This record gives sequence, C-alpha cells and structure tokens, in this order.
Amino acid sequence: MAFINPKKKEVQAKIVYYGPGRGGKTTNLEYIYKRFKNRIKTDMVVIKTHGDRTLFFDFLPFDVGKINGYDIKIQLYTVPGQLKYDATRQLVLRGADGVVFVADSLTVRREKNILSLKNLQKNLTANNKNIFTIPLVLQYNKRDLEKQGIPILSLETLEKDLNSQLKVPSIEASALAGTNVALTLKNIISLTVSSLKKELT
Amino acid sequence: MSYTFGPEQLDGIEEVLQNDLMNLGVHSVVLIDTAGNIITHLDNGEMGHDIYSLAALAAGNFGAMSSMAKMIGEKEFSLLFHKGIKENLHFSKVSTDFLLVTIFGNEVSLGFLRLKVAEAIEKIDKILEPSLA
Ligand SMILES: Nc1nc2c(ncn2[C@@H]2O[C@H](COP(=O)(O)OP(=O)(O)OP(=O)(O)O)[C@@H](O)[C@H]2O)c(=O)[nH]1
Ligand SMILES: [Mg+2]
Repeated sequence: MAFINPKKKEVQAKIVYYGPGRGGKTTNLEYIYKRFKNRIKTDMVVIKTHGDRTLFFDFLPFDVGKINGYDIKIQLYTVPGQLKYDATRQLVLRGADGVVFVADSLTVRREKNILSLKNLQKNLTANNKNIFTIPLVLQYNKRDLEKQGIPILSLETLEKDLNSQLKVPSIEASALAGTNVALTLKNIISLTVSSLKKELT
Repeated sequence: MSYTFGPEQLDGIEEVLQNDLMNLGVHSVVLIDTAGNIITHLDNGEMGHDIYSLAALAAGNFGAMSSMAKMIGEKEFSLLFHKGIKENLHFSKVSTDFLLVTIFGNEVSLGFLRLKVAEAIEKIDKILEPSLA
C-alpha cells in the first residue's frame, strides 16, 4: 500500500516483478538499473544464491518525477521464482501497489507460467489484494530466443494461457537485450500511478 | 490504495524521535511500514546511508523473522538487535504495521537505548492511534 507524505509532498509506491524461476525478473531490474543510472542514486540490492538465483528479493528505487506536485518514488522489487520460496514471495508481495508478471516464452516453461500466475493470485489474496483489480502488466519475455531456433510459445498461446480472464496489457520483450523493458516499466508505472492519482489532492 | 498521516502527526513523530533518540546520540532513526515505505527518517548528517535500501532490507528481514517466529509457535519477536564493531542496529515493532530502526554506536548503551525506544514507541502509538482505528 502506497504511503503519501503530505509534509514532504512525496508518494512511495511498490511494484513487484513476479513470475516463474529463471523467467528474467532480475534481468529486467538489471537492465533498468543500467539504462536509468542517472535517475537511480543508489546501488541495486540483490540477495542471491551461489547460482545467481534470487534468494530473497532484488530492490531498486526509481524516481518518476512529479505528479500533481508530489514526488513519486517507486520501489521496484523482484520475488524469487523458485517454487520452494513461497513464504518469501508472499513477504515481498506485501504492500504491493502494482505487479509485472514476467512469463517465460520458452515452450518448455508453459506449465510453470500458469502455475506461477495461480501462485500470484493465491499470494495476493493472502495479502488482501485481488489479481483482477491490482494494476498488473504481463511481460512475455525471451522473445529473442526464436531467432536462435529455440521453440517458444506463440503469442496466442500465451494470451490464452495467461490473459484470457485478466485482459491486462501484455508486452513482448527481451530482458536480456533490453527490448521493451522500459515500455513494460512505463506501463506498470502509469497504471499504478493513475490508481493512486485520485488520492493526491 | 494508499494511506497517509497528517502533517501534525508526522511532526509529532519527528519530535519524539528527535527528543527521545537523536538527542541520546544515536546516529540515525527510521520509522518504516512493513512494505518498506519510509514514514520518517532522521539522522545526524554524518551517515549518508542509502535509506531506501535500508528500509527495504529491514522490512524484509523483520518479515522473515516474524514468519520464523510463527513457525516455532511464537506470536512474533517484537524486537531484534544486531551488534556490529562500530555500528549497531536495533529493530522494534510499532503497533502492528510499523517498524522503528535505530542505528547507533557503542557510546550509547543498549540497555538505555531499549528503554528510550520503548518510551518513544508508546508516544508514537498515541500519535498514530487515531489513524489506525
Ligand atoms: N535469451 C534470453 N535470456 C534471458 C532473457 N531474460 C533473462 N534471460 C536469462 O535467463 C536466466 C534467468 O534470468 P533471471 O533474470 O535471473 O531470472 P529470474 O526470474 O530472476 O529467476 P529467479 O531469481 O530464480 O526467480 C539468465 O541466464 C538470464 O540471462 C531474455 O529476454 N532472453
Ligand atoms: Mg531473480
């Protein structure tokens, strides 16, 4: 839940990157960190295992600028995608104002995407939030793999599997190449901020 | 969805933290919520900590400790203390959804700090009460 500070004229909101293990959540944040270094005054916080998997979360503060005279500060988090870290995922999701679901386009990850989205729904419910009302963007990541001849899921399949009920914005991306990473971020920030805007007077 | 506190409440909290903790000689004190948002932050100007990252880690750490407490049948650990060589960290729960993080050096005794933190929290509770009902 965002915090509005009327004294400092500042809003802090939390956006969480969710999705199956190895889907590219951390890679999204790493790209944002590199690309927007001028706006990010601090180091990215990463809590990883030996093998580069996220153990707890990644964290990156991101200044959006002013809206209605308020400084908007967005805190970007990633969750650990591996199944066994569900307790941690639930913790990181606490107080989220917006979610980016990073789906893995690899054909072999089809089932993992579906399970992870169900898991998101469950953990949002546990946090008294609703997957149908929280600002949410789907990112279909790793689209670059097609060029290397690696089988990936078609957009129709991904839409059918993940977005047939939600009907939220979905974006094709390659976090590794940086394609549409900024666009994804822009979409989720604008959804999140407009859901808060009416509370800023 | 969002929440807010009035300027008078924020001023009141700042005053309590200044009088009860900063004046004691602690280096830095931050009131955060369990999502990692910063409500109030005061420091002695010499620290230059990355306060947003600190808040994110503190909220995560405290959340993890609370989950562990539940697993072993405790309701929760209401305070945590980490001792360093030069700097120490003290975490304490404020009402149900907030956390007070104090960073202090060895010149402040832990016993006295605990006492002052407890006093400060009681006052902050009163200030926040009307908003949390
Ligand atoms: N080809 C390709 N590889 C990618 C892309 N995005 C991420 N990867 C690779 O996929 C692997 C996993 O990426 P991470 O960003 O660590 O995945 P994660 O979602 O953070 O994984 P967990 O922390 O385990 O939940 C890494 O080797 C990345 O380089 C992409 O768009 N294209
Ligand atoms: Mg990761």
